[in-house]
Amino acid sequence: MKPIEAVNDFVVKFANVNGSGSASANQMFAKSILRMGVPATPRNIFPSNIQGLPTWYEIRVSEAGYLGARGGVDLMVQMNPQTWNQDVASIVPGGYLFHDSTRALPHGSLRSDINVIGVPLTQITSANYQLARELQLFKNVIYLGVLSALLDIEPEVFEQLFAEQFKGKDKLIAANVQAFKLGRTYAQEHLQCPIGLRVRRSDKVGDRIFVEGNSAVGLGMVYGGATVCAWYPITPSTSAVEGFTKWATRFRVDAETGEKKFAIIQAEDELSSIGMVIGAGWNGARAFTATSGPGISLMQEFIGLAYFAEIPAVLVDVQRAGPSTGMPTKTQQCDVLLCAYASHGDTKHVLLFPRDANECFEFGAAALDLADRLQTPIFLLTDLDIGMNERLVAPFAWDDSRHLDRGKVMTAEELEAGREFGRYTDVDGDGIAYRTYPGTHPTRGSFFTRGTSRDRKAIYTEDGAAYQDNMERLLRKFETAKSYVPTPLRKDAAKPTKLGAIYYGSTSDSMEEATEILAADGVDIDLLRVRAFPFNKSVDDFIAAHEQVFVVEQNRDAQLRTLLINEGDLNPRQLVRILHYDGTPITARQIAGQIRTSLGLDKAAQKEAAE
Amino acid sequence: MTYLPKPKLHHPELPKNDLGYTRRDYEGSISTLCAGCGHDSISAAIIHACYELALPPHRIAKLSGIGCSSKTPTYFLGASHGFNSVHGRMPSVLTGAAAANRDLIYLGVSGDGDSASIGLGQFAHAMRRGVNMTYIVENNGVYGLTKGQFSATADRGAKNKKGATNQDAPIDMISMAMLLGASFVGRSFSGDKTQLVPLIKAALAHKGPAFIDVISPCVTFNNHEGSTKSYDYVREHNEAVNFLDVILGRQEITVDYSPGSVEVVRQHDGSLIKLRKINSEYDVNDKIAAMEYVQKHQSKGEIVTGLLYVDSDSQDMHDHLGTSSTPLNAMDDAALVPGSAALAKLNASLR
Repeated sequence: MKPIEAVNDFVVKFANVNGSGSASANQMFAKSILRMGVPATPRNIFPSNIQGLPTWYEIRVSEAGYLGARGGVDLMVQMNPQTWNQDVASIVPGGYLFHDSTRALPHGSLRSDINVIGVPLTQITSANYQLARELQLFKNVIYLGVLSALLDIEPEVFEQLFAEQFKGKDKLIAANVQAFKLGRTYAQEHLQCPIGLRVRRSDKVGDRIFVEGNSAVGLGMVYGGATVCAWYPITPSTSAVEGFTKWATRFRVDAETGEKKFAIIQAEDELSSIGMVIGAGWNGARAFTATSGPGISLMQEFIGLAYFAEIPAVLVDVQRAGPSTGMPTKTQQCDVLLCAYASHGDTKHVLLFPRDANECFEFGAAALDLADRLQTPIFLLTDLDIGMNERLVAPFAWDDSRHLDRGKVMTAEELEAGREFGRYTDVDGDGIAYRTYPGTHPTRGSFFTRGTSRDRKAIYTEDGAAYQDNMERLLRKFETAKSYVPTPLRKDAAKPTKLGAIYYGSTSDSMEEATEILAADGVDIDLLRVRAFPFNKSVDDFIAAHEQVFVVEQNRDAQLRTLLINEGDLNPRQLVRILHYDGTPITARQIAGQIRTSLGLDKAAQKEAAE
Repeated sequence: MTYLPKPKLHHPELPKNDLGYTRRDYEGSISTLCAGCGHDSISAAIIHACYELALPPHRIAKLSGIGCSSKTPTYFLGASHGFNSVHGRMPSVLTGAAAANRDLIYLGVSGDGDSASIGLGQFAHAMRRGVNMTYIVENNGVYGLTKGQFSATADRGAKNKKGATNQDAPIDMISMAMLLGASFVGRSFSGDKTQLVPLIKAALAHKGPAFIDVISPCVTFNNHEGSTKSYDYVREHNEAVNFLDVILGRQEITVDYSPGSVEVVRQHDGSLIKLRKINSEYDVNDKIAAMEYVQKHQSKGEIVTGLLYVDSDSQDMHDHLGTSSTPLNAMDDAALVPGSAALAKLNASLR
């Protein structure tokens, strides 16, 4: 057996017990690699549990900058006896197993094709600490010390990270550095350091930031001017509201009076949270809710009302597998159709598909502008992979000359000057009518908001012609939306090709990496990353320009493909499903494997697809 | 229809309130409810109350759910923005609206189907959240638009039009409102304008969740022998604890009443509620006693009406949330957007 030798290109996975304080140690490990100038991408794999069940933290180290999940484990940091067998089995041949050797290994459970590194972590910890919480937390820091020696990570990097994390608490800094040194010294004295996997200082991180998508959504809502947030707790969206709370508290509390320029209301259920968002939007405040698929299911009736009554609202859907408990802590892109056609009657909605935290921020703020400009619900479709993992992304940017675009709102001055107001009158031909905020003018501009039974002046009518007239205007508005939403991004292969691929959201990193794998095999693919629905015309053009287009997504029913066929009136045979939906993030190898299989290429492809 | 169409022109000497508006300025379009519907009397009482309080009509937002009662906001306050929302969900829409602009006056109109069945949860949570609103339930014990099914406020043993008896226990929204944190709770009867108009006025002047249950007979489906929500039944079983007057500003009370028969409650906006007690023992500030009184009389088949409970030091949702005194919907970019310099600093902290 030949041990794996790799510099700045490997996968480390931590197997821990939920609630043991491992999360912050593991995050620090990921950050230490970033501080060495090497891109690293962590992913949380966690159960529906608060304490006691297994949890994993997987980090892909990639100097080449691949941020998608890779598959396979080169170094397993095994700290949870419950999952010993499956963890050991997941290590690639020639890989490494780091475990706590205080207690004897289970019999007959070791492979001969991996390298086993035992450190008596519990023994070292209990020799140095007494308090129960210390025993637990410092054990994690001790393994960081061991890993720094095994992987050749500069200890100064960790010392700096401790100093930042515990700023102002000198005692804690010293205690953590001491625990770290315990581990590092033990490794240097007892083990062969470094092992075949090494981190070498580089400069590939650049000015990128390391942040979770949900936190970025919350920040986007602050920058986009949201003042009302109504929500109901649901994994994996809860931290988006926590993000909004954190950033709003930092940026929107009056320094003198302590008054808040925002209102966050935890509702009794999702029906109520969307109702509050719609009430606030009707009344001229920017409002959003964050939820996941089951929440969108519950909001259906209100979404229809907002569509027909034309009320701005932003819904963040952090997608996950569903329903119930368990799979909902796993990622999917499974709410595309649910959101696109949400509610009763003929409805269609604007969807935005951010690829990462940077776009969560950008599209989050943009969603609030779009909601006001289009006077309709806007869905920001992220997922657990984007939302609940820290990722290396381009820094957030904001143009100070940008203004919050409130869309067509008639003011008291305009009404006073005698400007004609008809709430549902399409004066500009773009399908978008003027609205007024309640309380604007003593005698002009008031109207009664209801679903569909009204004419262009918002007067009650059950006349079929008036209904149809309004429905056609709503279609015109949807047409207008095509030019307002983020455009698709195209990236052509080096050589002309008849093959194309369409993808979106969290599939992006793996798709782009897969293209490189396939190009090396002589399979060239042009790429189109769809960033919004309704689809821009360039999507149809892209499909028309290719014989075969792979539609790559993380759900069972090829939902984006269905939407493309339905809205674009396309030939289904031209669009090939490339799907992954077991709850783990899609990998480049899986995509490349499925595409090769679909093209009838070699058997090796099938083998890789199975990985 | 209850009203004959009235021309928009009116007599030049029609009295005007302090804002220069006549009563006609508080009207809406013509009601499409059945002739004699209790709900129309409530609409008339709302018009009357708003006129007498001299509220600027456009500063009132009227919201409702779905049902006969929820149709009524079209029939009053034509110069106000209105919102006919989703069945049972008026409270959440109103809560969001109130969060967005704390300066408007919020009037929520609902029915017993809308609030006691499908919307029971939203009713409860709006009360406990302290939303500053007047919440009127036009309570007739039946579903009208779907032709006479029992609602959740129908009394056990009450008969429907076809003679079937309701077997389920009724939901008592008055007791629930008190229990859940409403800071103003009253009950009245659509047929008793002298009691209802001042009750609505006091509720509109109240800060915090003000809940009024108005028994409002359905002339088509629930006004027969055996109904406990008919005009005759309610008149016979009405157990009023007080009558009230609302006095704006800080006028002295000069009229003399015999000791113990008048109580004055000052609300946070300075308005005074002058209660003429019918039951001298009844204390509107004692929630627990009020709940006991209501329950005791209810068990005897009596309908307790009047101002039942008021907390004159009440707070509202904005106090709880600590929101800015400037309405959130009036804030500009400078107040809301932190800008690029703050973002650069934030980026640096994420490396």
